[in-house]
Amino acid sequence: MSIHAATKPEHIPPAEIAEMDLYHAHSWWTKYVFSQDAKVIAIQYSGTAIAIGLVGLVLSWLMRLQLGFPESFSFISPEMYYQFITMHGMIMVVYLLTALFLGGFGNYLIPLMVGARDMVFPYVNMLSFWVYLIAVLVLVASFFVPGGPTGAGWTLYPPQAILSGTPGSDGGIILMLVSLALFIIGFTMGGLNYVVTVLQARTRGMTLMRLPLSVWGIFTATVLALLAFPALFVGAVMMIFDRLLGTSFFMPSIVAMGEQLQYGGGSPILFQHLFWFFGHPEVYIVALPAFGIVSDLLAVHARRNIFGYQMMVWAIVIIGALSFIVWAHHMYVSGMHPYFGFFFATSTLIIAVPTALKVYNWTLTLWRGDIHLTLPMLFALGFIVTFVNGGITGLFLGNPVVDIPLSDTMFVVAHFHMVMGVAPLMVIFGAIYHWYPLITGRMLDEAMGKFHFWVTFLGAYAIFLPLHYLGLLGVPRRYFEMGETTFIPESAHTLNEFVTVIALLVGFSQIVFMYNLYRSYSKGKMAGHNPWKATTLEWQTAEVPPGHGNFGDTLPVVYRWAYAYSIPGHDQDFIPQNVPPTAAEDRWEAANPSHK
Amino acid sequence: MIVALMLALVAIATVVFHFMSPWWWTPIASNWGNIDNTIMITFWITGVVFIAVIGFTAYCVFAFRHKEGRKALYEPENTKLEVWLTGLTTVGVAALLAPGLFVWGQFITVPDGAAEFEVMGAQWAFTYRYPGKDGVLGTTDVKNINSDNPFGLNKNDPNGQDDLLIDSDEAHLPIDKPVKVLLRSIDVLHNFYTPQFRVKMDMVPGMITYYWFTPTRTGTFDVLCFELCGTGHYNMRGSVVVEEDGDYEAWLAKQSTFAQLQSDPAKRLAKTTTPALPVIGQHVAAAGDQRGAAR
Repeated sequence: MSIHAATKPEHIPPAEIAEMDLYHAHSWWTKYVFSQDAKVIAIQYSGTAIAIGLVGLVLSWLMRLQLGFPESFSFISPEMYYQFITMHGMIMVVYLLTALFLGGFGNYLIPLMVGARDMVFPYVNMLSFWVYLIAVLVLVASFFVPGGPTGAGWTLYPPQAILSGTPGSDGGIILMLVSLALFIIGFTMGGLNYVVTVLQARTRGMTLMRLPLSVWGIFTATVLALLAFPALFVGAVMMIFDRLLGTSFFMPSIVAMGEQLQYGGGSPILFQHLFWFFGHPEVYIVALPAFGIVSDLLAVHARRNIFGYQMMVWAIVIIGALSFIVWAHHMYVSGMHPYFGFFFATSTLIIAVPTALKVYNWTLTLWRGDIHLTLPMLFALGFIVTFVNGGITGLFLGNPVVDIPLSDTMFVVAHFHMVMGVAPLMVIFGAIYHWYPLITGRMLDEAMGKFHFWVTFLGAYAIFLPLHYLGLLGVPRRYFEMGETTFIPESAHTLNEFVTVIALLVGFSQIVFMYNLYRSYSKGKMAGHNPWKATTLEWQTAEVPPGHGNFGDTLPVVYRWAYAYSIPGHDQDFIPQNVPPTAAEDRWEAANPSHK
Repeated sequence: MIVALMLALVAIATVVFHFMSPWWWTPIASNWGNIDNTIMITFWITGVVFIAVIGFTAYCVFAFRHKEGRKALYEPENTKLEVWLTGLTTVGVAALLAPGLFVWGQFITVPDGAAEFEVMGAQWAFTYRYPGKDGVLGTTDVKNINSDNPFGLNKNDPNGQDDLLIDSDEAHLPIDKPVKVLLRSIDVLHNFYTPQFRVKMDMVPGMITYYWFTPTRTGTFDVLCFELCGTGHYNMRGSVVVEEDGDYEAWLAKQSTFAQLQSDPAKRLAKTTTPALPVIGQHVAAAGDQRGAAR
């Protein structure tokens, strides 16, 4: 498939299959609660993810208070500190970011963007959300069991995760593993929907190479998740067996607290392989949707076609494929066979090439654009800065000899927060400012949005940039307090105080965002149809917000790619995907053979 | 305008912070200068890319911000440019990878004749074992561990009889002699790391891991556990004293062998503190006290 097919209007194949029959809600309950409408499910997923994400945010404040002002908060014990970091990490990575990007944005955008009336299996899609909700509730329940939630670190490494020297080894770890298993079951139901909908339910004329990059990102991430999560599922089940039935999948002979345990023959490193076989693709499960969405934000708000669309698609696919052969770069100091280092270093650094190309193409999309500094554009720019910064430090950690001194230091904490915390959050915020008018019919407030952007972007950068240097100095991560250490100067403690203060400010500034979401719902400026003048199908619906079934009586027919912005010879600087070609366009195509 | 300026300022502030930051690596005390060199190569290459990309972004935002009448360029592809960018990036990545793999090769190749000593991790303290006069460490098994035999040595192994057992958080090493550190844990994952030596490796129950280095500076260096190992993780400390040969030999001479400890109940009694106390909070406190007392 060439750019020719993507850009040039072509004949549209006739409809081959009859339109799907939708489930029509009969009551308030089936319309808004047990809904089978992907858009309602998207809101349910997003609301739940954001709610549990706020719990994760509060946990981060508590741990920052301890790091910035050790010995000042007597209510934070070492046990609790380790529980905070564990739950913060797991909540943010799995229950917030994965759920929000795939369950939230995936559900809302995929059917609308590909020109479908809904997901192909609406009932399974509904179940997906309810199983996810149960997974979240089980996770929350672990705060209330004796011993509290697990404090094993979000990586849950055995043997310590299930031994008594770690907080939450009674009930907490079991609930964590059960919750993860439930999450994976729920996700699989949704994930199959996203994949099949993209492959089978695209409207006439919507070839794969005309899909908006948002769909490509979410689609590829979903394929990754369907292949990667089973490794975690297996690991979780085996660890539950080790904990409850006394099997020894991950447990060698152990003397703990002076006592010989009844374990033997298992391998702690086996769990690490299973965990990271999931865990590294997980990074891209979060990153690829962000890559896709930010591409669309940049194109729409710079009024310019995404630069190098085909390369962008292939880069997403190649990054997705490579993400399955780099997992052990998380394990350079794990004690695995040292020769693995050569292979995983090479595969890891190769992945930097397609990733760097994506970055170039984003910036080249801005070049000679017509850049509107709207809120989505601001957040997209914030994404570029934080992603480049966080991606670059990945080149440090991917190189085993550089990783040796830096692993398990604050450098790692700073790196992954920048690259898979702050950067994807920038995209999430940008996406919410971008699609809120479609979801609610009203614009979010501009002034509040700008305040939110500057505080969040500059604040988050100021939090995580200096932490890299603490790591370089040798400050370990996961330390309740540093105590007496000869190589750490007093200034490092001052820096920790500074970081804590900024973290609290950035955290509290999210209240402005939440208030904006709430207030604009009733008081915001009316958005009307297609306020950003975008080409993609979700903005071409009959009603705003789109009703059940998305489009009116007939489904749209697609004649062109998603990036027909500022085409010469047209008065308007955008042509929606469902607008048929004109004679003028054909003339321009004929006169510009280089674009075919 | 303001946005472009802020983007440029972020890039500039990052560079200024990098050079002005008072937080930088500790002065090196081992042979691993090549690790520091690789980090510097990485800083330079990635730093240039960072400045270039953010600078270009700021320039675009400044030069192509919306004005009445501006129309964007329609240009779906530019194959030549994309090929060039791919090529340059590949060269840059190779320039990072090549030194990395070269030094990794050095890191995993222990020089012949490196002296061995063992670090044993247990929640939440390090203890040490030296091979003794024969230069060979005796074999061990977790199943042998009890209060009389905290290291789990095989009593029938002749190589183990002269092993020196150090029930203290302080290890000693001679300067300028390559050493292979054998790492063992009896309960959960730990990690034995001294920032000045630059090298670390997890200690994994059920297997023996290792790394090697040559101490190049005398002094006492902090050791920290660098793999989350439970509630007392942050309190799991030790130290390494690097000293001249004579001092090192004198220190060795004062240590007790496995055989001596087995035959002398008085000594044995004093040496049974390693397996941790059962109550978590208590032990953390105890480990802290021990530490304080050692200083």
